[in-house]
Amino acid sequence: MIKPVILWTDALILLLLAVVIGFAFYAKSKPHLRSPWRHIFTSKLASASAVVLLMYILIGLLDSLHFRLPLENNGNSAEEHYAVEVLSVLDIILGPVRTQVEKTYSAPFATHLFTRETIQHADGSQSREFPRLKYGGVHLADPANEQTRDIRDRVLISLLQTLLATTALLFLISSMLARRQNRPVRVIAGDILAARSIAPWHVTLTTIGLVLLLLFLAINLAGAYHVFGTDKVGQDVFFQSLKSIRTGLVIGTLTTLVMLPFAILLGIMAGYLRGWVDDVIQYSYTTLNSIPGVLLIAAAILMLQVYIANHPQDFETSLERADIRLLFLCIILGITSWTGLCRLLRGEALKLREVEYIQAAVAFGVSRAKVITRHILPNVMHIVLITIVLDFSGLVLAEAVLSYIGIGVDPTMNSWGNMINRARLEMAREPMVWWSLMSAFIFMFVLVLAANLFSDSVRDAFDPRLRQR
Amino acid sequence: MFAYIVRRVAYALPILIGVNMLTFVLFFVVNSPDDMARMHLGMKRVTPEAVEKWKAEHGYNKPVLYNRTVSGLDQLTDTIFFDKSIKLFAFDFGYADDGRDISHDIQQRMWPSLAIAIPVLMIGLLVNITFAMLMAFFRGTYLDVSGVVLCVMLMSISALFYIIGGQFLLGKLFRLVPISGYETGIDAIKFLVLPVIIGAASGIGSGSRWYRTFFLEESGKDFVRTARAKGLQESIVLFRHILRNALVPIVTGIVVVLPLLFMGSLLLESFFAIPGLGSYTIDAINTQDFAIVRAMVFLGSVLYIIGLILTDITYTVVDPRVRLT
Repeated sequence: MIKPVILWTDALILLLLAVVIGFAFYAKSKPHLRSPWRHIFTSKLASASAVVLLMYILIGLLDSLHFRLPLENNGNSAEEHYAVEVLSVLDIILGPVRTQVEKTYSAPFATHLFTRETIQHADGSQSREFPRLKYGGVHLADPANEQTRDIRDRVLISLLQTLLATTALLFLISSMLARRQNRPVRVIAGDILAARSIAPWHVTLTTIGLVLLLLFLAINLAGAYHVFGTDKVGQDVFFQSLKSIRTGLVIGTLTTLVMLPFAILLGIMAGYLRGWVDDVIQYSYTTLNSIPGVLLIAAAILMLQVYIANHPQDFETSLERADIRLLFLCIILGITSWTGLCRLLRGEALKLREVEYIQAAVAFGVSRAKVITRHILPNVMHIVLITIVLDFSGLVLAEAVLSYIGIGVDPTMNSWGNMINRARLEMAREPMVWWSLMSAFIFMFVLVLAANLFSDSVRDAFDPRLRQR
Repeated sequence: MFAYIVRRVAYALPILIGVNMLTFVLFFVVNSPDDMARMHLGMKRVTPEAVEKWKAEHGYNKPVLYNRTVSGLDQLTDTIFFDKSIKLFAFDFGYADDGRDISHDIQQRMWPSLAIAIPVLMIGLLVNITFAMLMAFFRGTYLDVSGVVLCVMLMSISALFYIIGGQFLLGKLFRLVPISGYETGIDAIKFLVLPVIIGAASGIGSGSRWYRTFFLEESGKDFVRTARAKGLQESIVLFRHILRNALVPIVTGIVVVLPLLFMGSLLLESFFAIPGLGSYTIDAINTQDFAIVRAMVFLGSVLYIIGLILTDITYTVVDPRVRLT
């Protein structure tokens, strides 16, 4: 039996997932919550970026289910022993991409190593040449002639698969809509293809098609070649980039999740209760805010390093150590970023407490706690939501910068920041090793761009001031 | 006005004390000096004597808060808290781990930082305002929309890629400027061109998009409609009516970061090997020199608070409607 491992961040991610699903079900029954979301998904850009984001989230979730495989039992002991290495579901799905480790650098789609090696021939002579890779393109007998055709075939197969899958999806969605709207499937499918549907299904489908194409390309190509090359120790760069997704998502979401309770509670309390509570809360967030964020993070991470170095016994595996550091980074980032939200909420609560319906509630003798939870909290939630989505992309970018400075995630952890950090030295090589950097760039850019576009739509839909215009 | 400034400065003091307490707790209470010594000396087989020696060398061999071994006022002053925290208020930063005077280092390294930060700010401001005004001028057209999309795309690129890409293109491919390094005096210019361009370029996306909202907000106001109704040209409306009013939030947004320019840019300076305060901080983080990090935290907070005070003063200067209270 496998032994599931629930890391701290895994637990929080699952909690977040549960909250989001719960909220979705809750919002489904409330028209005033449903309408802004509907509005968002009538936007083409928002629908397209939502698909991309969902893909990232799916990969991140698969990478958050960790377990340890059992070791071979020799029959000596009844108790089962488990491997030290903690794997995730994503590792298993990627299978060969994770385990096919070359000797050192190799370019994308290469069949030969990037560096020359001295090779001993059978007749005793030696020569310096580029040796064949152990795994990349190993199925080809004569790479120089066969490779282009092989890749072309695989791309064509992927295209075909994508076409089939997208068509199937089109019919699935059409029949689903057909049942709901009570119209024939054929008409609805025609509407979608002619871009006449209310929600921009044609854009959503095109984006899903593109994502599927990339997926099929990855399935067909990544097993046979290193599509993004390999790094210094021969690890597949594509694999690293995929594993980095989880790190980016964790930083982007958990940071906000961690700081949210404090920001909401303190912000509303300061604005609603006024008096000395307001003074104390304002003082504490001004103080925190006046320390430059990077330096506070640096100081806190340095202290954490000292703690980890002095307490090695607290961490069973290296992944656990890296995970604690990741969580701590989220907390510290949260501490430096909750002040903005807190200030916004305080201002809003100050405004709300003078509004008639709150005054009426107070006049009826509703307790303070109830006024806050029942009347103020629901009316500031749009600010909270806007802040969450707006902060996300900034946090993903911050991770890269912090990891570069050396105060980000653990150096052993897969993250785009660490990839860029290593790529700096590779860029100075001659000839240049560019694929690590490019891979990190593409993965990060797509995520952050999608998040930025999506958050703009969310803000437009939820901000009452913007909606009236 | 003078009384107002005095009161603002007086408000700042408790905040500085708070910052000081926080850094003290972070550096000396979370981990004891013994832990720090062990960390610096390496983990394995550290003798207690070596730890004591390290602590004595770096001035950590005193009680944290209260010294019982001496008498009188020294009971409070001959402690780590007084030595390392209270003295920060007098800008006495003490010595780094390699024995150098931190205050002296800061005074020297401030100038290269400013040599980058000021041109980056000025050029960035000019470019951002120009782009924002262009987008506001063509508002609602495809030019405006594509401009905003371009801004979002530029925003989505990490600052690291701007730096690495710029170094590669201008430094390595075209060989126009040296990739990194620094010289004093007038020769510094050729080393400064690239970081300044990159620094300004990386801010265009978010900057122009942000300023565009200021311009759009002003252009929807009644006085602008009146100006147009009078028959003024759109360009005159834009420059004389919209720009001048939109500058209020732009200027006040800049004033708050002005003092922080001294701190330099962490990324630019370390990538281009410029001996400013940003690279000083990064080196300190990498070598785990706590004295320097502590000094920079304090300095940064002081500068930030000065920025806040300056912002409040600027508000009253640029916008006569704001009254001093």
